[in-house]
Amino acid sequence: MIGMNILEVKNLSVKVEGKLILKDITFSLKSHESHILFGPNGSGKTTLISALMGLPTYKVVSGSISFMGNDITDKSVEERAQLGMVVSFQNPPEIAGVKLADLLKLCLGKTPADNFTEEEQALIDAFRLTEFVERDINVGFSGGERKRSEILQLIFLKPKLLLLDEPDSGVDVESLRLIAGEIQRYVERSGSSALIITHKGDILDYVKAKYGCILLGGEFHCFKHPTHIYEDIKKLGYEECVDCRVRTTEGWKFEQGK
Amino acid sequence: MSKENELEKVPHKILEETYTAGMEPDEKNRSGTFYHVDQSTIYSKVNELYQGKIELIDTKTALQKYQWLGDYMWKLVDRDKDEFTRRVAEDWSGGYFIRIMPGAEVTFPLQSCLLITQKNLEQRVHNVIIAEEGSKAHIITSCVQHSSVPKASHLGVSEIYVKKDATLNFTMIHQWSENTFVRPRSAAEIGDGATFVSNYVCMRPVRDVQMYPAAFCNGVDSAVSFNSILYGKTNSLLDIGSKAVLTGKGSKAEMISRAIAREGSKMIIRGLIEGDSADCRGHLECRGLLIDDEAFLQSIPELIAKKKGVEITHEAAVGKISEREITYLMTRKLSRDQAVSLIIRGFMDVSILGLPDVLNAEIKRIVEASAEAS
Repeated sequence: MIGMNILEVKNLSVKVEGKLILKDITFSLKSHESHILFGPNGSGKTTLISALMGLPTYKVVSGSISFMGNDITDKSVEERAQLGMVVSFQNPPEIAGVKLADLLKLCLGKTPADNFTEEEQALIDAFRLTEFVERDINVGFSGGERKRSEILQLIFLKPKLLLLDEPDSGVDVESLRLIAGEIQRYVERSGSSALIITHKGDILDYVKAKYGCILLGGEFHCFKHPTHIYEDIKKLGYEECVDCRVRTTEGWKFEQGK
Repeated sequence: MSKENELEKVPHKILEETYTAGMEPDEKNRSGTFYHVDQSTIYSKVNELYQGKIELIDTKTALQKYQWLGDYMWKLVDRDKDEFTRRVAEDWSGGYFIRIMPGAEVTFPLQSCLLITQKNLEQRVHNVIIAEEGSKAHIITSCVQHSSVPKASHLGVSEIYVKKDATLNFTMIHQWSENTFVRPRSAAEIGDGATFVSNYVCMRPVRDVQMYPAAFCNGVDSAVSFNSILYGKTNSLLDIGSKAVLTGKGSKAEMISRAIAREGSKMIIRGLIEGDSADCRGHLECRGLLIDDEAFLQSIPELIAKKKGVEITHEAAVGKISEREITYLMTRKLSRDQAVSLIIRGFMDVSILGLPDVLNAEIKRIVEASAEAS
């Protein structure tokens, strides 16, 4: 699969509660690569990730999504998850009475009666979630604890494509290093791909990504190096950054299928 | 006490049904065992380790033994409260008398079973529990109707006294059948520094249950918790409430209900906390899930404040299972059915009952078995 695209999105338009949020978007994600998606608040980043995962309330009104060669445009959330696509939630729900340990075991394909292996337990410890696994999912978790729990669940699911919605927001420096480091380690080791939404550049210190892009006004504005994009955004802001680059640099969409 | 031992005569098939409602057959992890079948007490035995620490006999036998017991009967529950209390007052077949001796710490739970095996029977019992000063105990009561009995009713009066610095955790499991009519009438008096935890678990279909146990927190720093886990299906009518009257200085009440309604069941969850003392506090929490359009769920919380400084709060939510939670779990490779079942099992979280490990595992098994069978 090296050099192939894991995800191909063609002319995708998405409505949320009747309002058109994404307009005619075309792009692809490469296998074995991490991609960074920038964009101001309200630009449609979460909508994009949610539509890719097939979450309800995000209605695809036109276009198609193809994952590892399968058209998944009409597939359910569960089917997409089974195929190897996962999403981290920015604000995951609290589920009272359900222990995080049980969910983690289900993510691993075990039953709640099974035990964690030493290796799995070591990862739980590394994520500093040892005492949280016996608590109800997200109930009373801080922002950072939720993020760590989300990423650990995703890694346990052994996905082929990780869709990460601001894994770095609201986390302290140490947690960021931990989360981003583990994402990078997993992607590298498993040869999977990631699409990471971020507002900040700090995550780029840990996640090796060659591809970056800005989502603005429901449209893609694509560039190659996320670090450069981030520098430009910091200097010029999103609007100007997009203005100055959009016509001059190749985006992901021009590289698909080559 | 062994003169009442006729347990061997009860068919094994019937006894097995009591085991699925929390009764432990070999009595190893129980401090005492009591069986009242239809209209007579047939078994009451205290585990050797607990001789002298607890007393467990039929109420009628106890009345002959202790003259003073009369003072404890019809004191918290008014015999003229309604037609059901009057019927029990007129003619009753016994019940359990449980007394935990002063300072006794009973680590293993006491188990008692009220069993109906005859059709069209109206079982009428009168129970009295006295937790003497400084005692600590857990009681589990299983009310069971043999599944082959088409129709019956159960009227039960229970009066519970939790004296100074005593702690009593009382768990009642109802396992009736689709045509059982049930009217428990219970009340508790809680003394200085004493704590009473009253748990109610009803997971099986029933024709009609209406109950509204009351707790009178008269003691300084007395506390009561009412917790219930209710699962209504196949046309069951459950009108379940509890009432706490906080008279003692610094007294506290907490009520937690989890209710699931489906398949034509109708559930009304009531709760009343009345603050009659300036420093008292209360909280009422009711959460209900409606699984289909045929069921009905109503939450009626009532908070009454009569003194300045009373602090009583409530939160209630009834409705459908959160789609967001289902979707979240589906992104973790669970099917919709698996997600719903996981949420329901979590919703019926037995840890709200504050049970010791031995009972916690037992009740969890009962709750999960019923939730999964549906």
